[in-house]
Amino acid sequence: MTSALNRRRFLAAGAASAGAVATGTLTAGAAKAASPFEMKEWNQYLGAGVDDEPYGTPSDYEAHVVRRNVPWLTADSVSSINFTPLADLEGFITPNGLHFERHHGGRAIVDPAEHRLMIHGLVEKPLVFSLEDLKRLPSISRFYFIECAANGGMEWRGAQLNGCQFTHGMVSCCQYTGVKLSTLMEMVGVKPNGKWVMAEGADAAGMNRSIPMEKVMDDCMIAWAQNGEALRPGQGYPMRLVVPGFEGNMWVKWIRRLEIGDLPWFAREETSKYTDLLADGRARMFTWVQDCNSVITRPSPEKPWLDRKGFHMISGLAWSGRGAVKGVDISLDGGNSWIPADLEGPVMPKCLTRFNLPFEWQGQEMLIQSRAYDDTGYVQPTFAQNRSVRGVNSIYHNNSIHTWHIKPDGKVENVQLV
Amino acid sequence: MFSWCKMMKSQTIFAVAALVGLGFVGTALAQDYQRPSVSGIGSVPSEAQIAAWDIDVRPDGLGLPIGSGTAELGEEIFADRCAQCHGDFGEGVDRWPVLTGGQGSLTEHRPEKTIGSYWPYSSTLFDYIYRAMPYGEAKSLTPDEVYAISAYLLAENEIVERDQVLNQDNFAQIKMPNQANFFADDRSKSEAYTERCMTNCKTEPVTIVSAAPELDVTPEDE
Ligand code: HEC
Repeated sequence: MTSALNRRRFLAAGAASAGAVATGTLTAGAAKAASPFEMKEWNQYLGAGVDDEPYGTPSDYEAHVVRRNVPWLTADSVSSINFTPLADLEGFITPNGLHFERHHGGRAIVDPAEHRLMIHGLVEKPLVFSLEDLKRLPSISRFYFIECAANGGMEWRGAQLNGCQFTHGMVSCCQYTGVKLSTLMEMVGVKPNGKWVMAEGADAAGMNRSIPMEKVMDDCMIAWAQNGEALRPGQGYPMRLVVPGFEGNMWVKWIRRLEIGDLPWFAREETSKYTDLLADGRARMFTWVQDCNSVITRPSPEKPWLDRKGFHMISGLAWSGRGAVKGVDISLDGGNSWIPADLEGPVMPKCLTRFNLPFEWQGQEMLIQSRAYDDTGYVQPTFAQNRSVRGVNSIYHNNSIHTWHIKPDGKVENVQLV
Repeated sequence: MFSWCKMMKSQTIFAVAALVGLGFVGTALAQDYQRPSVSGIGSVPSEAQIAAWDIDVRPDGLGLPIGSGTAELGEEIFADRCAQCHGDFGEGVDRWPVLTGGQGSLTEHRPEKTIGSYWPYSSTLFDYIYRAMPYGEAKSLTPDEVYAISAYLLAENEIVERDQVLNQDNFAQIKMPNQANFFADDRSKSEAYTERCMTNCKTEPVTIVSAAPELDVTPEDE
């Protein structure tokens, strides 16, 4: 096996240097670009077998499609965030290895055999579940987006980061499999005064958040799988909370405890952080819902049009924490006029939705924007609208209409307008 | 079924009989089937197991463990366990979080949100330090140490006196100066945007006021 592979590599190297001669084709010299029509290594020699890669990995040619972080954002990469490379993604599902990560105490490595979920407080019968216990319960699989409340937070004062990975990449969308929290609540028997649930993680941050019982009973889940396989450690293996449509911080990872109470806890992550400071010094709290938002992922700074005049698909993603995306409009003139885009479907509530618009580009300068609206009638606002209510210090929940500047050479820049 | 099985003489006969047998029993099962409700999964935790994990503290004081401390004591522990990141007085080293000061800055261009200037409840301080700090060695402080450190941080923020003894009975009563400035999410009223303009939406010409490349702070691949 090894010798066969070595031989293949040796032959390939020889073939590459003598390529033009061996295949007897066209242009010679350094200027010659590789032609898809020449004989290739993979046309002739055997590839690897089925035993070299027990868990598959992407092609080496896709090595640029990775999560990235912004080192200057935080003091330490252990309590920090990385961003999903939205421009390179298709459809609406985020592959598990590209799902953004935000940890407050690093990526915990949890042994499922040593992990339990405890439910106690204002209940008739407190219960403890192992992962195996949970997997015996009736489960559901649902598609939901998760978005960090700080997505777009660096853009409040003006255009700052040049790439949709950085302006919007704190969002991902997966199919989650797990048990509905309502099932678990019925099993423990919530007392009538049990109105709030505190979720707590088993990691070093011990992340804790208060969630109203109404939401818990509506559509929350304890998930153990994401996109058909066990959660990745960075997403809370062996189990995490799923709080559809609500800010990602509430989706407690490595979850180990649910306490039922009559009042909220006002934990650090719902007071010091994840509250929205307004210009007048007051602050909103319990701003859970991720409002309707959208971004054009192609073209984008990562996917410029670079002198390629002619036909293009404008494509992007829209979502709403309140329900389903009803439609997306596209402006080419900085918001003066709008064209309805096509929704690709499936369109599901609290889920990323892809939109497209075919476009014939003549090389003109453009200011392109997307504006989503959802089935509650809410329309994504402009920066001016958001700033007029909030000022620029609220950090969280920036869902303002975003602008890409398409330059005559096809380069794309993140800009803001008046 | 079982009496059938006992009579089996060879593997072949067994397999055939099992199929026949299963077919028969399966029919009976389908007729008798009743969808069960979930039960018997999970175990009841002991009081001690609950107590070991039940560390959360609420603004009404629920969950505060028995213990006490003063700022004077807390200063020493803070210097030892916290100051390398947060600074001797909570002023923050390099880019680590600032824990003190910032009073009156919330309406400024660069607000400084700290325990003193921003946090609405003292209970959050206990709850958070006990579960998450010191960063890198969480859950290693005793309740007495957390009372003392909290007292120190509250004193540095001029919320309690340096010699005040804080304990399970008075900790939650501490009034935080910024509490009244918090209010529940009102976006569904204050930000109920529903207008979907399609043409002539701008009254003035559109101009670019900021462009990300000018700042040049976007990370680049090596
Ligand atoms: C190694 C550096 C380090 C040490 C040591 C450390 N901290 Fe922290 N502290 C942090 C970081 C990082 C955060 C923010 C964590 C996050 O992002 O969730 C933080 C957050 C905090 C906060 C919340 C700040 C806010 O505004 O929300 C408090 C309070 C705090 N630390 C107290 C302490 C105390 C008390 C100690 C000592 C017992 C301590 N820290 C030791 C790094 C440190």
